Amino acid sequence: MMVLTLAQRELRTLFVSPMAWTIMAVTQLILAFIFLALVEGYIVNQPQLMMLENVPGVTERIIAPLYGATAWIFMMVVPLLTMRIISEERRNHSLTLLLSAPVSMTEIIIGKFSGIMLFLLLMTSLLSLMPLSLLLAGNLDVGHFLSILIALLLLIASFSALGLYLSTLTDQPTVAAIGTYGALLLLWIIDIGSNSVDNIEASGLLSYLSMLRHFDALARGIFSSVDVVYFILFICVFLVLSIRRLDTDRLQH
Amino acid sequence: MNDTSLVSVQHLSRYYGNLTAVADVNFDLVQGEVLGFLGPNGAGKSTTMQIITGNLAPSVGHIRICGIDLLEHPKLAKAEIGYLPEQPPLYRDLSVDEYLRFCAQLNRISPDKIVTAVTQTKQRCGLEAVGKRLINNLSKGYQQRVGIAQAIIHSPSIVVLDEPTVGLDPIQIREIRSLIRELGKERGVILSTHILPEVQMTCDRVQIISNGRLVFSDYIANLNQQMDSTCLYLGLQRPPADDQLLAIEGVTEVEKLDDGRLRIHHACGDNPASRLAEQAVTQGWGLYELTPEFKTLEHIFVDITSSEEIDQMVGAK
Repeated sequence: MMVLTLAQRELRTLFVSPMAWTIMAVTQLILAFIFLALVEGYIVNQPQLMMLENVPGVTERIIAPLYGATAWIFMMVVPLLTMRIISEERRNHSLTLLLSAPVSMTEIIIGKFSGIMLFLLLMTSLLSLMPLSLLLAGNLDVGHFLSILIALLLLIASFSALGLYLSTLTDQPTVAAIGTYGALLLLWIIDIGSNSVDNIEASGLLSYLSMLRHFDALARGIFSSVDVVYFILFICVFLVLSIRRLDTDRLQH
Repeated sequence: MNDTSLVSVQHLSRYYGNLTAVADVNFDLVQGEVLGFLGPNGAGKSTTMQIITGNLAPSVGHIRICGIDLLEHPKLAKAEIGYLPEQPPLYRDLSVDEYLRFCAQLNRISPDKIVTAVTQTKQRCGLEAVGKRLINNLSKGYQQRVGIAQAIIHSPSIVVLDEPTVGLDPIQIREIRSLIRELGKERGVILSTHILPEVQMTCDRVQIISNGRLVFSDYIANLNQQMDSTCLYLGLQRPPADDQLLAIEGVTEVEKLDDGRLRIHHACGDNPASRLAEQAVTQGWGLYELTPEFKTLEHIFVDITSSEEIDQMVGAK
């Protein structure tokens, strides 16, 4: 109940500012452009594709690359959305309102996280209308499509959890945003050198930490619990860290 | 500890690293009482208030709110408190109605009672006319009222107000003070300020805090008795020798002031003013001023806080 109230409040803050609308419009525009390019490419190359033994379907040729691009764009968008969650409240001294109310730190963090997730869900569902429109003309591999969708949702939830945590660390939204960008990019490319590392254990660890690897596996339609657990662990760790951080606000100074 | 006390603070201390912000503070607040916290800037008033409202954890000490331990059951205890910090915690992009509705939800007022709670609170704080306006566009005085509205919307047993009249015009200050008095009838109110007359006008009890310690605590009623003066200011164009003045019945001490006036000390309840005037006329001293010294809380405040500082300096040496 309280979580819902806080989530609603968060959503409202987003929508009373032009930021949410701008982000939604720009993202939709860019992805629509990519989608059209992908559809065009598919149609042009269709005769050659037909000659292959294992004919790649629409899902593989259009939807998977489209959601790959979406993941990239969300990496740039989510830090902008999460940066102000706690830091701005600190700055405006409105955090006191939440801390003096009969509400636990856990409720505050989960509420704020849910608010952001609701917004990102709305964005994702708007974006998903484009690939779904292909249903009018042909068939989709529904299983593969769902796997991609779940991968994307887990990915943006992880982005948000990390962004939320960095927002609890500072009272300057820009610092939180830059920190989130840095951390996300690093996690995305962390396995870049893993092939050249001789030590097998070290390279295994690096590639396990890489978000891209887990996302790619799911996006290819390989629904492995290792990848799902990775994301769920990631989200939980950063949510718990955020709660702890908010709690220690009262202790230290 | 008293069973009926709304707030009970025992041996409260708070350190910021090596700095001691609050040291061994003890006090109680009972229902129907307005308690004024008075102190110079940086004395620890706000820190104490933040601790009572659960925004800051104490380094040492116990706080009970309506008998509930604040540290063990923060949610239950916080439900009994309404708090207005120094900077009102407002969401500037919301209208007054939306903001108060959110505060009501936050304080777990049941959905069917929210509308009534919001309407009543707006009425109490004089916000009926601005319900639809954005908080950002309101004047400082109205924003302060929204802050107070936020603190009382859930009818808490204890209202904690940190410098509630800062930045308001005189008329608004009067309104806020009467609102505080009204709140103090049925609840406990803790109020911090450095405006001395405000304490005399609105509070039942005053506590002076200096360098993190409670150095004075008394009822305003007692103070008013103490404030009955035992001094007179006497202005004479041709002052006589001190012996002549001391010879007048009731005069215990004569003190020369820098501006040429004399300060006459006398015993309590034995005012020699009329005898002084008679003498001045008959002896031709050229009397131009004879006023009783009006002792205010300010004197007590300055006496206590400055003597504290001297103690500190001596202690440091």
